[in-house]
Amino acid sequence: MLDYETLRIIWWLLLGVVIAGFAMTDGYDLGALIFLRVLPRDDDERIALIQTFEPMWEGHQVWFVLGGGATFAAWPLLYAASFSGFYFAMLLVLLALIVRPVGLSVRAKMPGERWRATWDGLLTFSGVVPSLLFGVALGNLFLGVPLRYDNMLRMTYDGGLIGLLRPFALVCGLVSLSMLAMHGLAWIVAKAHDELATRAARWLTWAAVAYAALYALAGLWLANIPGFRLDSAPAADLPSHPLGKTVSIGGTWFANGPLGKWAIAMGIVAIVAALACAFLARRGRPWLAFAASSVAVKLTVLSVGFAMFPFLMPSSLDPKSSLTVWDASSSRHTLFLMLFATAVLLPIVLLYTAWVFRVMRGRVSIEHIKQSHGIH
Amino acid sequence: MINELVVDLSRAQFAATALYHFLFVPLTLGLVWMLVIMETVYVMTGREIWKRMTQFWGVLFGINFAMGVATGLTMEFQFGTNWAYYSHYVGDIFGTPLAIEGLMAFFLESTFVGLFFFGWDRLTPVKHLIVTVLVAIGSNLSALWILIANGWMQYPVGSVFNFETMRMEVTSFADVMFNPVAQAKFVHTVSAGYVTGSMFVMSISAWFLLRGRNVAFAKRSMTVAASFGLASALSVVVLGDESGYALGDNQRMKLAAMEAMWETEPPPASFTVFGWPDVEQRKTHFAVHIPWMMGIIATRSIDKPLAGINDLEKTAEKNVRRGMQAYDALQKLQKDPKDAAAKQVLDHNVDALGYALLLKRWIDDPLKATDADIKRAATSTIPNVPVLFWSFRVMVACGFYFIALFALAFWYASRRELDKRAWFLRLALYSLPLPWVAAELGWIVAEYGRQPWAIDGVLPTALGVSSVSAAQVATSLAGFVVFYTALLVVDVIMMRKYIKLGPDGLGMWRSKPVMPPSTATAD
Repeated sequence: MLDYETLRIIWWLLLGVVIAGFAMTDGYDLGALIFLRVLPRDDDERIALIQTFEPMWEGHQVWFVLGGGATFAAWPLLYAASFSGFYFAMLLVLLALIVRPVGLSVRAKMPGERWRATWDGLLTFSGVVPSLLFGVALGNLFLGVPLRYDNMLRMTYDGGLIGLLRPFALVCGLVSLSMLAMHGLAWIVAKAHDELATRAARWLTWAAVAYAALYALAGLWLANIPGFRLDSAPAADLPSHPLGKTVSIGGTWFANGPLGKWAIAMGIVAIVAALACAFLARRGRPWLAFAASSVAVKLTVLSVGFAMFPFLMPSSLDPKSSLTVWDASSSRHTLFLMLFATAVLLPIVLLYTAWVFRVMRGRVSIEHIKQSHGIH
Repeated sequence: MINELVVDLSRAQFAATALYHFLFVPLTLGLVWMLVIMETVYVMTGREIWKRMTQFWGVLFGINFAMGVATGLTMEFQFGTNWAYYSHYVGDIFGTPLAIEGLMAFFLESTFVGLFFFGWDRLTPVKHLIVTVLVAIGSNLSALWILIANGWMQYPVGSVFNFETMRMEVTSFADVMFNPVAQAKFVHTVSAGYVTGSMFVMSISAWFLLRGRNVAFAKRSMTVAASFGLASALSVVVLGDESGYALGDNQRMKLAAMEAMWETEPPPASFTVFGWPDVEQRKTHFAVHIPWMMGIIATRSIDKPLAGINDLEKTAEKNVRRGMQAYDALQKLQKDPKDAAAKQVLDHNVDALGYALLLKRWIDDPLKATDADIKRAATSTIPNVPVLFWSFRVMVACGFYFIALFALAFWYASRRELDKRAWFLRLALYSLPLPWVAAELGWIVAEYGRQPWAIDGVLPTALGVSSVSAAQVATSLAGFVVFYTALLVVDVIMMRKYIKLGPDGLGMWRSKPVMPPSTATAD
């Protein structure tokens, strides 16, 4: 069996992989939905936009569910603290994600402009709200959240939804919103029929530039925010108990942690990738553009984790109650077992996902959609 | 001290969202196998009508599947939002099956369900059938892992309390996986789902036959439903999960409450068919017994005794006192982790630690409990007897009714007389809601009957809640009720529309239909 420290680091990386997996796959479904009412010119085009991702999105959504399940299993303290602490924010995300499958399933099952416009509104909501709130939540982690533990490890969280709306966190929300907008547009450029794709490519430039600017702004801002510092030696091999360490607030995030420089490097590459994405989309290389957008999304997610390492959820109320990689994990036994399960199952998932992707290859045909109305 | 209002609201929210989710799950579990059967016949015979059957029932499956997925998201995250201490306390064990469910099952069904709808023109018939089978396997594996997690809540094996981390930790994952309670629950629950799927197909087919529409389609569908339903109804009753109730004190308490069995009976215990449980006097009036039956069902023997409520309550009282010793030792260990004497006391009584935590509902420090507090904690381990007694009986009555109904359908189907018995078709139509009634009652027996425990004997429900305010939970509960009601209205409108349209209204007998959800209009 691997030692506890190694397992914790692997699971910290896997947490990043799962969140990045969600952002790269379901991220473009969410991003495409943001434009449901603005990009298409008529209902056939709206159906075409939906059909670019419709055969695959249910599978993508599982990354989100897996994110919940894997955090529950590998980082139970983090799962408990983040979901209950961000109570209304999480419920809003849930609401949006519950509306989505229902909306996609029923919007076209009834004729009538009002019925469809209503569901389009709800579907746009289900694209915008999670895209925004994921960033707001991550932004709040950098600022620290008001949590503390008692000796039974019962957590108290002293804040609500309004407390999350701090300026820096809101900028982070805009970063994730513009990022997923870019990613969704890049997907439409690659999958939709030519007319819709061309229009999406024009919007894509703006989205990519907005993302690059906002992300750079958030990075500069972060360099001026006091970071958290782990003062005691990392208890890398000891049982998970958050209260055994000392933590202070000061310095900057980039300088405090051992991986801060990596985060900066990732950020620079992500910005270059985003600009490359816009360029490639205009030069008629849609799949390269989508790949570039995927790189930007992935590195953005990972840069958050790298900048914070070893912190997972810092506490502004009681710094020593902060959750870190060394004191918020499951037991060694569980981490090992879960690693084994993941090593066996995740490659299989990736294989059949790739197969489905291949079966559904090619652009969505608008003619096919127009024809299908004539049947009944 | 625990805020009882937060506890009650959190429980109400969990119950409401779980019961709601469970309206869609059983139908998904069963209907998907009906699709597999129909499509298999299509692939083997090449007859177009079986493809149309798969597609028509597939449309209804798709509507239901979307609702099941949507409401399932809430379940995965509600442990974190509303049961944070629970999540911390048992996440080391409970999180694993949920994560594996995602990796092994939910990915499978969700990735292929899109291809089921969009793949008709892109895949060969055999490949498409494989896709349908994978969706079926995925959804059923999903039930397996969820019930492994739930089985552990009912009968927490393979784990131990670790005072250094203040939580339960896994000792043997094999024990958690092969937990006999989980296995019994899995078979029982998926069988109930198969009954639901069969009833759904049978009732709607009966409706078509009564109107003389899509007759060939409806007769074939009904024959599939009758055969599959009969096998499933037998399985759900015969392999009911009572066998699991003989394991563990709290499972026994649940069984005794279901039977309103106040006193321990000499083996083999009798089964109470009917009666009027009186909680005040701890008696069951007008009881009608079948001798021996309960002892045989629950212990698979005629010589093992089955404990009654009063005796189990006494055991609980002893456990509370032992739990207090464990709690005392735990306090000492928190001050000095090297205190060997305290460690020994804790190890000796750790299985009863949860019983001391029951006291936290009334007093902050369990060590200050009076005899009256201890008695109260012991009494609180008795679940609501009348609710369990009646829920169980109505559920079982439904089960026997399903066997009779499907047997009759099977008989008429094999004599090719399905469309000639209008009274039977009407009966089949009006029986449509019953599998849902039985399934929801089954959930109540299993989960309401687990109270006051979240994890039997380990963690009281009241202690599991998050640090959220009553106002927060009241708001979210109200939100869920309004939102879910709206969703249910949409679901019913959609189902009714497509059932009324039928395969004929969708143009299935005329030309090539298009089935992707986003274009499946009929305007």
